Amino acid sequence: MAEEKKLKLSNTVLPSESMKVVAESMGIAQIQEETCQLLTDEVSYRIKEIAQDALKFMHMGKRQKLTTSDIDYALKLKNVEPLYGFHAQEFIPFRFASGGGRELYFYEEKEVDLSDIINTPLPRVPLDVCLKAHWLSIEGCQPAIPENPPPAPKEQQKAEATEPLKSAKPGQEEDGPLKGKGQGAAAADSKGKEKKAPPLLEGGPLRLKPRSIHELSVEQQLYYKEITEACVGSCEAKRAEALQSIATDPGLYQMLPRFSTFISEGVRVNVVQNNLALLIYLMRMVKALMDNPTLYLEKYVHELIPAVMTCIVSRQLCLRPDVDNHWALRDFAARLVAQICKHFSTTTNNIQSRITKTFTKSWVDEKTPWTTRYGSIAGLAELGHDVIKTLILPRLQQEGERIRSVLDGPVLSNIDRIGADHVQSLLLKHCAPVLAKLRPPPDNQDAYRAEFGSLGPLLCSHVVKARAQAALQAQQVNRTTLTITQPRPTLTLSQAPQPGPRTPGLLKVPGSITLPVQTLVSARAAAPPQPSPPPTKFIVMSSSSSAPSTQQVLSLSTSAPGSGCTTTSPVTTTVPSVQPIVKLVSTATTAPASTAPSGPGSVQKYIVVSLPSTGEGKGGPASHPSPVPPPTSSPSPLSSSALCGGKQEAGDSPPPAPGTPKANGSQPPSSSSPQPAP
Amino acid sequence: MAALAEEQTEVAVKLEPEGPPTLLPPQAGDSAGEGSGGTTNNGPNGGGGNVAASSSAGGDGGTPKPTVAVSASAPAGAAPVPAAAPEAGAPHDRQTLLAVLQFLRQSNLREAEEALRREARLLEEAVAGSGAPGEVDSAGAEAASALLSRVTASAPGPAAPDPPGTGASGATAVSGSASGPAAPGKVGSVAVEDQPDVSAVLSAYNQQGDPTMYEEYYSGLKHFIECSLDCHRAELSQLFYPLFVHMYLELVYNQHENEAKSFFEKFHGDQECYYQDDLRVLSSLTKKEHMKGNETMLDFRTSKFVLRISRDSYQLLKRHLQEKQNNQIWNIVQEHLYIDIFDGMPRSKQQIDAMVGSLAGEAKREANKSKVFFGLLKEPEIEVPLDDEDEEGENEEGKPKKKKPKKDSIGSKSKKQDPNAPPQNRIPLPELKDSDKLDKIMNMKETTKRVRLGPDCLPSICFYTFLNAYQGLTAVDVTDDSSLIAGGFADSTVRVWSVTPKKLRSVKQASDLSLIDKESDDVLERIMDEKTASELKILYGHSGPVYGASFSPDRNYLLSSSEDGTVRLWSLQTFTCLVGYKGHNYPVWDTQFSPYGYYFVSGGHDRVARLWATDHYQPLRIFAGHLADVNCTRFHPNSNYVATGSADRTVRLWDVLNGNCVRIFTGHKGPIHSLTFSPNGRFLATGATDGRVLLWDIGHGLMVGELKGHTDTVCSLRFSRDGEILASGSMDNTVRLWDAIKAFEDLETDDFTTATGHINLPENSQELLLGTYMTKSTPVVHLHFTRRNLVLAAGAYSPQ
Repeated sequence: MAEEKKLKLSNTVLPSESMKVVAESMGIAQIQEETCQLLTDEVSYRIKEIAQDALKFMHMGKRQKLTTSDIDYALKLKNVEPLYGFHAQEFIPFRFASGGGRELYFYEEKEVDLSDIINTPLPRVPLDVCLKAHWLSIEGCQPAIPENPPPAPKEQQKAEATEPLKSAKPGQEEDGPLKGKGQGAAAADSKGKEKKAPPLLEGGPLRLKPRSIHELSVEQQLYYKEITEACVGSCEAKRAEALQSIATDPGLYQMLPRFSTFISEGVRVNVVQNNLALLIYLMRMVKALMDNPTLYLEKYVHELIPAVMTCIVSRQLCLRPDVDNHWALRDFAARLVAQICKHFSTTTNNIQSRITKTFTKSWVDEKTPWTTRYGSIAGLAELGHDVIKTLILPRLQQEGERIRSVLDGPVLSNIDRIGADHVQSLLLKHCAPVLAKLRPPPDNQDAYRAEFGSLGPLLCSHVVKARAQAALQAQQVNRTTLTITQPRPTLTLSQAPQPGPRTPGLLKVPGSITLPVQTLVSARAAAPPQPSPPPTKFIVMSSSSSAPSTQQVLSLSTSAPGSGCTTTSPVTTTVPSVQPIVKLVSTATTAPASTAPSGPGSVQKYIVVSLPSTGEGKGGPASHPSPVPPPTSSPSPLSSSALCGGKQEAGDSPPPAPGTPKANGSQPPSSSSPQPAP
Repeated sequence: MAALAEEQTEVAVKLEPEGPPTLLPPQAGDSAGEGSGGTTNNGPNGGGGNVAASSSAGGDGGTPKPTVAVSASAPAGAAPVPAAAPEAGAPHDRQTLLAVLQFLRQSNLREAEEALRREARLLEEAVAGSGAPGEVDSAGAEAASALLSRVTASAPGPAAPDPPGTGASGATAVSGSASGPAAPGKVGSVAVEDQPDVSAVLSAYNQQGDPTMYEEYYSGLKHFIECSLDCHRAELSQLFYPLFVHMYLELVYNQHENEAKSFFEKFHGDQECYYQDDLRVLSSLTKKEHMKGNETMLDFRTSKFVLRISRDSYQLLKRHLQEKQNNQIWNIVQEHLYIDIFDGMPRSKQQIDAMVGSLAGEAKREANKSKVFFGLLKEPEIEVPLDDEDEEGENEEGKPKKKKPKKDSIGSKSKKQDPNAPPQNRIPLPELKDSDKLDKIMNMKETTKRVRLGPDCLPSICFYTFLNAYQGLTAVDVTDDSSLIAGGFADSTVRVWSVTPKKLRSVKQASDLSLIDKESDDVLERIMDEKTASELKILYGHSGPVYGASFSPDRNYLLSSSEDGTVRLWSLQTFTCLVGYKGHNYPVWDTQFSPYGYYFVSGGHDRVARLWATDHYQPLRIFAGHLADVNCTRFHPNSNYVATGSADRTVRLWDVLNGNCVRIFTGHKGPIHSLTFSPNGRFLATGATDGRVLLWDIGHGLMVGELKGHTDTVCSLRFSRDGEILASGSMDNTVRLWDAIKAFEDLETDDFTTATGHINLPENSQELLLGTYMTKSTPVVHLHFTRRNLVLAAGAYSPQ
């Protein structure tokens, strides 16, 4: 194999056509083939020589990637004038073109309008270099703080779950992390044990895997208690912090069984008690767990799915079904299930098909109450367009009749009426965009009535609206902007309206906020994709408690159109003026913005969450690549930075002022602090 | 010869006459002799033909003695031919000489030419061989006769009744170099026409056989080696790579491009994987014109590839080559290889693999024989002020007692003169200032609080992450007391941070300074300008990435070395540049202050390391000998030696006193990027791009350990303050801790190992590895043990 590679290496030379092209560009028309050949040999050799020198600079620069400046330095070494100003941002900026039997790579140099450059708002000043200290290891054990990589990477968790035998082998790579983990898990007292363990185990080739430890260290217990209490407690700010911690902290996997039990038990109890608020909190915990990139949730899906499903289809979720907005919970949970399906469904576990079956069964059942019916439809609808097409559309007529019988018929119960009303709007909301895609444009009321029965006319008008919206959107996309429309209340806000400094959760975003499309697109790519039918809600929600951040959001809406109008080319800078950290939490990604025109009628909406601004010199976590977690979690006492069993005194603040690990040896604690006294 | 060598060294080393008396007197080291590796052995590469003839004549006597004489690098003047190695210096010196000769001849200055030629002895052959064909006649004949007479002289008397094989080989060699019209000479003469001096450099490749036969020769040898006994196979396999390279270069030189290509493609797969980088360079080299400027090629040409082979294996090889009349290979073996023959058992594959890998083969055994004073210097006695003692005593009753024995141990260590230590004044060292003494006292105090590390007590690691270092962090250093961190960046800046609450302040302006009451007690405090206090100071001055940084031991200065070819000395009192040391004209990869200050060493792309003193703008010593870039430089704790790690995959230890290379360590399979001495000065640890850390015993000149585990370049190495733990940081984003005590515990330093240099490395990397700590995509650029044995690591976060 290596030989193959080298063979290629030895043979690579530039094609002689390149020489011709270069010669032509310099005005030498006829150049002999022989000359070309000689030139290519020479040029190829020189290029290789320079590349090999450039590698040297890369190594000495302690980098893994060769940069253009390395080449410059290599040229300088050879007393050749470097190529000044040739700095590719990311990739080699060559374009390919072919035609006339020739293939050509060329460097695209666009003509730049000076006024464009002048009018483009300045990019943000890059942050300055700064030093940050953290504990990589405390007496041989790596603390599970966000600054360190997760103690057990997802792959390892997976390996442990799926191939317990394989991971039990004494792998040299795993050895370190395993050791650290063992210590972290088993509290301080296990330290001695741990120390003796390896030699014992290394004695033979057979090494038993230390079974996953089910005792949590004192710190972990404390953390678990704090988190769970905060999650279901009354203080919204604390809850947000706790959820943030669940969603980002890397060291949680040992507590995962506890969390999943907590959630499933919690749902069980609270469904019986009809405690809507708690159910919502629990669902938000599920969401946070799903969002944590370091957790391998597969093992606990069996506990989580029933809990989430319960929240979707349960007959009654609240004490006063006529007043409380349990529909929002059902919607939220339905989206969660869809997300679970997307993430965890495989051909072996068939989660999606099983869930679909469950929903369908409860929907087709005649005796199903309206609440369950709503949940089933919501659950199905969230699973995507295909599911809507195959499972919901055929039943529209039947369902329309049922709704009509309740709405138009004698008033039996107010609750039924509300339920039917919600089901109707749900169906309209989800089906219209699908229909808009499926059916050819002329929307005829009668045709719709014939096909879909009593829902037909309403559906027709919705489809028309959807089309119009899609067209509008397409237009706006062409102008490289996106429109955020139709804000809707979020779960947070409807459930826990927060007095005091919290901003009124929902910002009535006027008209159209135009955001440079690039920002959104790129951000969306990073956000976890979620299958939800196009007309989803895009909620601008500010979880920050500071007034300025609201201001920022608002100023965004006011100042943005200006830039949106002036430039027709994609604006490469970020949103002008003060910019809150905009994070797309859940997005509809079925049709990316660029392809939106192809799906007329699809309205995309975004939830824009603005995190509290950092206010630190280190800058926004969204844009800058520091390993620092969003600052909300790091200074919090809830952060799991103290997970390293018993080594850190409780109450110590985690880095940036690295806590004092237990004194090395017998000296006073401060002596081993990273800022030793001179 | 001697005169010539002198002259060369004088050219190479700039003398610095006006040194203060305390200074190390600048001295012309005979490093140049070390320079070209294979110069002290059997004759010049240039006069290829005659060496082949002479040593084959000697070797064919059947008795081992002449061979020994050839290989044992007799001291200058002892053996007539082998010692007469004029081309000790860099090749351009020779070029110059040849050009001068040519000029003299052309201007009919016969006498001068003769004189010079007498000085340069053997060079005439090279000139003759490479001279324009028309002129060759007389000179060539002369050369041939001279050569023949020397052959007979060198072969002791009539001891060599030439067997037909050798006779033939000698004859061909002579005809190849002298008469020229024979078939092999054809191409050579074509090549020679215009630039006689350049071709002289390459003339070693001038003579050659039928290009189509090369593959046959090589595969014939391959077959022979593969069919030989197991015990010999491993040893003889070492021949493959150098033979391959030289045969390829000969083909290229003689413009058999297609044959060269097919030769390369056919056999490069057989070579050991650690030669891959060099093979890559070779593969791109397909034309004779390319060879002129190619450094790798020059390395192969100017230095002999050193092989260590047991006598039995060597005899086997020789017999085979004679039987087959494989002159081509035999010539290469004679001209370009240095075969270090030892008596005894052939080495095993593992033993060989441990030691090979460098650009020019293994180190010769005698290269590592000279005595090295690796012990530590006696610490000056410093009275610890009594009041401090009392203070300590008040704190805790037990403390003073504990402290006493410890202090005694430290004291005794320094009081008793280490037998391996150099004389105290071997290298003049700067005198201690009051502030230094204070610092020493502080150090001692901290020492008492030092954590005793071991496998059961691992150090804590505090990681300093450089955030937002888009421009690229290229060097880091931490002061000995861990109060300051300096970072060198690719944007040419050097930044200094204070990591203690004490901010960085510069001294006031001169006008303000004059207002200060100089008699006051806190004058040192008063001279500082409060307004300038900040955590970070940026030093501007370089015009290229800063690849090396080093604090002076007294924390008053900072050194930085950069791509722009300069080393700069910065004051940490004023935060300005004081001196720019120019000398390396190419990027300077590393620099370091001596542990006693004043001296510093730098190494760079120009393949030399230089020793400087801060008050001299020119280097005191030039350590020349590496065949590729000097990537890292470190001072020995006793300041008498400097270790350099190079891209030629060797580590060399240089004596500061006389500039000699006293150790050559081979065994790494990639460019060396990190070095560190153990605190007791006995051992050296080196890390390379191959991810391995090798441990060396300096006194015996032996490899004593190999630590495998890293998967990428080892950028930083550091021993704990007491030498119990070795920490290594790597580009693979890990810090690893190794049990150094165990690694050095049962050393094979018996006489046999020492004498033969045959080492058996225990495969115990896994047992020695005490911990692996992953960072979050942050290569570990620097490691440091604080005085209390806390590890400080540093690196720049690099998002993937």
